[in-house]
Amino acid sequence: MSASSDWAISRRGVLGAGAATAAVAVAPAMAAAQNPAKTMEAPKMPVTLKINGQDHTLTLDPRTTLLDTLREHLHLTGTKKGCDHGQCGACTVIVNGRRINSCLSLAVMHEGHQVTTIEGLGKPGALHPMQAAFVKHDGYQCGYCTPGQICSAVAVLDEIKRGVPSHVQADLMTAPTPGNMELRERMSGNICRCGAYSNIAEAIAEVAGSPA
Amino acid sequence: MRAFTYERAKDPVAAARAVAARPGAKFIAGGTNLLDLMKIEVETPTHLVDVQDLGFNKIEATPEGGLRIGALVTNTDLASDARVRRDYGVLTRAIVAGASGQLRNKATTAGNLLQRTRCPYFYDTNMACNKRAPGSGCAAIGGVSRQLGVIGVSDACIATFPGDMAVAMRVLDATIETVDATGARRAIPIAEFHRLWGEHPETDTVLHSGELITAITLPRPIGGRHIYEKVRDRASYAYALVSVAAVIQPDSTGRVAFGGVAPRPWRVEAAEAMLPKGAAAVTALAFKGATPTKDNAFKLTLATRALASVIAQAKVTPA
Repeated sequence: MSASSDWAISRRGVLGAGAATAAVAVAPAMAAAQNPAKTMEAPKMPVTLKINGQDHTLTLDPRTTLLDTLREHLHLTGTKKGCDHGQCGACTVIVNGRRINSCLSLAVMHEGHQVTTIEGLGKPGALHPMQAAFVKHDGYQCGYCTPGQICSAVAVLDEIKRGVPSHVQADLMTAPTPGNMELRERMSGNICRCGAYSNIAEAIAEVAGSPA
Repeated sequence: MRAFTYERAKDPVAAARAVAARPGAKFIAGGTNLLDLMKIEVETPTHLVDVQDLGFNKIEATPEGGLRIGALVTNTDLASDARVRRDYGVLTRAIVAGASGQLRNKATTAGNLLQRTRCPYFYDTNMACNKRAPGSGCAAIGGVSRQLGVIGVSDACIATFPGDMAVAMRVLDATIETVDATGARRAIPIAEFHRLWGEHPETDTVLHSGELITAITLPRPIGGRHIYEKVRDRASYAYALVSVAAVIQPDSTGRVAFGGVAPRPWRVEAAEAMLPKGAAAVTALAFKGATPTKDNAFKLTLATRALASVIAQAKVTPA
């Protein structure tokens, strides 16, 4: 068991590095070289976040994104950094009940907010139903986008329950239902490079109690 | 990202004063566009004034029978509001055609109006861009310009306003309410809010430094069939090549504005008067004087066909 978890850790390290490289390749050219006089420091600021039910008080450079706060300062590395520009959805977390891209938000903007990450949804042995459904339906290959997919999917079902409209809804005055086209449209902010979309849709549909 | 200082504003005039008093200061609300641009140092504010505590997060009925939408109402909450879905359907349709669920949960109404162009040359700091670096030139002119503007553009810039929500607000005759550092308020018709680039593409809107949007008002509902047709390279989560916001009345008259073609939502009232004569009659007038590139000339045909689709939909299921 320890050998297999060692392997899992190193495999994830490799995958993480791979994703970071891909993100640099797709991001617009970085401007650092053009702006040599950029390294002035701003005073750090205190911020308290309630993450997965527990208060954390930190002192942070105002530049620190919510994503980097989770990963680098609290070592909650379940939330992933993909593109770091709000395009891929790997960093999706649930803040005050709403899913957002944690890469496009500053930690200091979230004073007192309640943040739920993949670690807060379920634990090994006590999986959230969405986590269990992703396992059952093989809703991933490499797994890098999976925490973001699962956080997004949990929030999507809540959005449908609350009547949040979508682009594919035929009638805006009729309550939306979690059919396949609705789930696909609502999940379009989560990219899966491995292309596990069909299985992801099946996993979400099972939790929603609707045919995929 | 360049370093900056950060404060949370407690009242609107203080927020406006904080930004007006410091060159390089900016408001931040949802931050989804601003932080993206700060990461690549296209935006380099030295101070951020966070306006999230100002209470502009309600949608209220106005005495005139319309709605006042707080500047901080999220895109999701605006699209979901029962009054908006019922009476201003084109607005809900436009909002849910844009961005992703995550972004709509964070992005605000005012921020959506203030989002910057997605011209790839504006994002690429190795390229000339008069909007990002005034006087440096425009690499888009003569570059790969398939996504870019066909009308209302200039020799200095051919970028488009990229949003969907504002295109719907343009056909609804929305008004943008602001307050400035002196406490003075003004109401700006959306038709006058976004500038045409001219010689100064670095300035997107008519707002003054430190002028803060507090609300967007909609006049009383006008009925009709509300349609937002968005043509794009993917079925979801992509910017418009061409979009059409329309309110079509049972007698075939109506209002129409185009997105993805110009520095602002493109509505020509004299052109929409031709709606009963069909799509080609409207676009012939609406796009008179267009200056497309060879890459994006297709947008003119696409605009006519997208509008024809809208008119056909309105006939199949009238208001």
